[in-house]
Amino acid sequence: MLDIAAVFLPLLVAFVAGFAGKHIGNRATQIVACIAMLGAAVISIIVLRNVALHGTSETLVLGTWIESGALNVSWGIKIDALSAAMMAIVNVVSALVHVYAVGYMRGDKSIPRFFAYMGLFTFFMLALVTADNLLQMFFGWEGVGLCSYLLIGFWFERENANAAAIKAFLINRIGDIGFMLGVFGCFLIFDSVQFDVMFKKAPEVADLSFVFFGGAVPALTTVCLLLFIGAMGKSAQLGLHTWLPDAMEAPTPVSALIHAATMVAAGVFMIARLSPLFEYAPTARAVVAVVGALTALFGAAVVCTQFDIKRVLAWSTISQLGFMFFALGVSAYAAAMFHLMTHAIFKALLFLGAGSVIHALGGEQDMRKMGGLWRDQPITCACMGAGALALMGIGIDGVFGFAGFYSKDLILNSAIASREWFGVLAYVLGLAASFMTAFYAARLMIMTFYGAPQGERHAHESPWLMLGPLVVFALGAVFAGWTAEDFFGGAGRGAFWRDTLFALPEHDPIEAAQVLSCWVKLLPLVAALSGLSLAYGVYVRKRAPVTPAKAGVPFAFLLGKKTINGMPAFAGMTRGLYRLISNKLTFDEAYDFLFTRPTRRLGRFLWQTGDEKIIDGCGLDKGAALIMRLGRHSGTLQTGYVFHYAFVMALGIAGFVTWFWVRG
Amino acid sequence: MNSFLASVGLGPFLIVAAILFTIGIVGVFINRKNVISVLLAIELILLAVNINFVAFSAFQNNLMGQIFAMLVLTVAAAEMAVGLAILVVCFRNRGSINVEDISEMRG
Repeated sequence: MLDIAAVFLPLLVAFVAGFAGKHIGNRATQIVACIAMLGAAVISIIVLRNVALHGTSETLVLGTWIESGALNVSWGIKIDALSAAMMAIVNVVSALVHVYAVGYMRGDKSIPRFFAYMGLFTFFMLALVTADNLLQMFFGWEGVGLCSYLLIGFWFERENANAAAIKAFLINRIGDIGFMLGVFGCFLIFDSVQFDVMFKKAPEVADLSFVFFGGAVPALTTVCLLLFIGAMGKSAQLGLHTWLPDAMEAPTPVSALIHAATMVAAGVFMIARLSPLFEYAPTARAVVAVVGALTALFGAAVVCTQFDIKRVLAWSTISQLGFMFFALGVSAYAAAMFHLMTHAIFKALLFLGAGSVIHALGGEQDMRKMGGLWRDQPITCACMGAGALALMGIGIDGVFGFAGFYSKDLILNSAIASREWFGVLAYVLGLAASFMTAFYAARLMIMTFYGAPQGERHAHESPWLMLGPLVVFALGAVFAGWTAEDFFGGAGRGAFWRDTLFALPEHDPIEAAQVLSCWVKLLPLVAALSGLSLAYGVYVRKRAPVTPAKAGVPFAFLLGKKTINGMPAFAGMTRGLYRLISNKLTFDEAYDFLFTRPTRRLGRFLWQTGDEKIIDGCGLDKGAALIMRLGRHSGTLQTGYVFHYAFVMALGIAGFVTWFWVRG
Repeated sequence: MNSFLASVGLGPFLIVAAILFTIGIVGVFINRKNVISVLLAIELILLAVNINFVAFSAFQNNLMGQIFAMLVLTVAAAEMAVGLAILVVCFRNRGSINVEDISEMRG
């Protein structure tokens, strides 16, 4: 019963806010939404506690959805460790963001609409994580995509917001095609889309192959890769990532909830849920790991060149999702889920903090125009500081660490311990990425809160309605890793996850990571600390002048001691690289050139030539003109003169008479 | 049947009737002037029919035709009354009884 309430309370919020919001007013809508969401959060924590303590795992079947031949799909709520953990993450973040949004959205024109979309989003996300079959998961998957579209375009009078919404929707569509094909493939292999059935059969079908254009392709690998394309779309992995930075047009609470904590992690969750399939498809896992590692590095490199505070966080999210994906790729599913949890907390915190800053500065998002805000916003500064430390992954093994320390180190250690080539690659790229992560996290904090205030402003601390959630998240960012480490990724993980996360016993990287030498375990921290001190040196001590050409490529500074005419020698060398990275490797331009423009041209051709000239010109319009002319001509037969009609009548009679007379 | 009729025969009666009928028909169509002449032409058609009735009645010793002739006369009178009434209303409304002016139904 409890789980049903946890899933459907957000839907209730959506209905109340969406259909009755105009009548009961903004205040009542906000109260209903916050109370219901907090209730759902408390309930899902209770559910998680029950699952964690008693290890219960059950599936509530609410009804049949599709019954057609072998295809039998039902609406269900699957409660096990994985879905209960996700439910708790989603509901808690959602509840806190709802409370925050009451403060943030004050004075907006359409508050009920906002809360309706947010509630609907939370419901779809819960439907996704509690699905017991691929099709229901796809239902939630599309639902969150829809809500993401609606919320990115929430301020629909802004042209950028509309464009970003359409972009997000279209790019997710590409991923969704992969997902759908994956679902079809699963049905082809397993004769079912029910998770239990699929997982039981997975070892038997590992060697099956599809015949495709006369060649045989390994079936399970193909299906897993197709599903991974879906995950890439939703989780903004390299190639399909271009929508996420643009999605920052959404109101900041939306960015925190959807584009940082929950929806973008759906891809990670999906692969974790399907771990019994991916375990038997090593090639697919290698692809996941490589794409994840490249994304982690690329995202982290781009962050260093960004100045818009929300885009900084968006690219950081892409990078962190990359970390989760390469954890999945090396079979460290528990580590990925652990990082998903801690990342949801500290990234939501950072976004909400950024929202607080933006709110205080009246909509200013450029970090170059901030600075010195710690005097005006001490609480926001402290909370965001905790979030930044969690993002950097600062901590001492065995004593205490911020949230990201435990999860990110576990990921990196599992990668090197997996003893696969892609694991090592992921480790190296991930280490570089975590160095840059520390650099850009410190850069974010320093540019925003440290130094002299830039420009005229009357910044003020945000209302407690916004600070409250921030403080809660900050506590999470400090303590979540420390408290949850044992059962999410540590010794108690077997008892907690049980059979929901499946890694073949012969290569369980988390197990292998326990026996790494302490020097290897120390490396991520060393990388993080050196990134931090580099940022300190660059932005606080100003060892090197902070010009855009140099701020971006932190590792270049390591070479930057030599100067020519007062300019660092590498500046010329790195300027091209900097420009390339700050243009995000020109993905947007390339897609525009390769896909968008040809498609538009094709569309224009089909419209102007195909439709207007060929179909209308030769067919429809011609026919219509012919009938018009015929009508006009036959109309002239109608002279209106009585004697004409009478004459025709007489002629007719004469004709008939003659006819009968001649025929006899 | 009296000898005069017998000596003339049926033919001339039918010819006269046919001529009258044709004049009536042509009068309806050719006439471009006023409605009264149309009505007169219709009356001519009816009279031609009457002559046929009476002629056949006389030559076939059957009174039915003459009874029909009386009926036709009655109907013709009624038709003329209605026609003239329409004509008067028409004149009142549009100040003309020219046939060519009545062409509201032109397509």
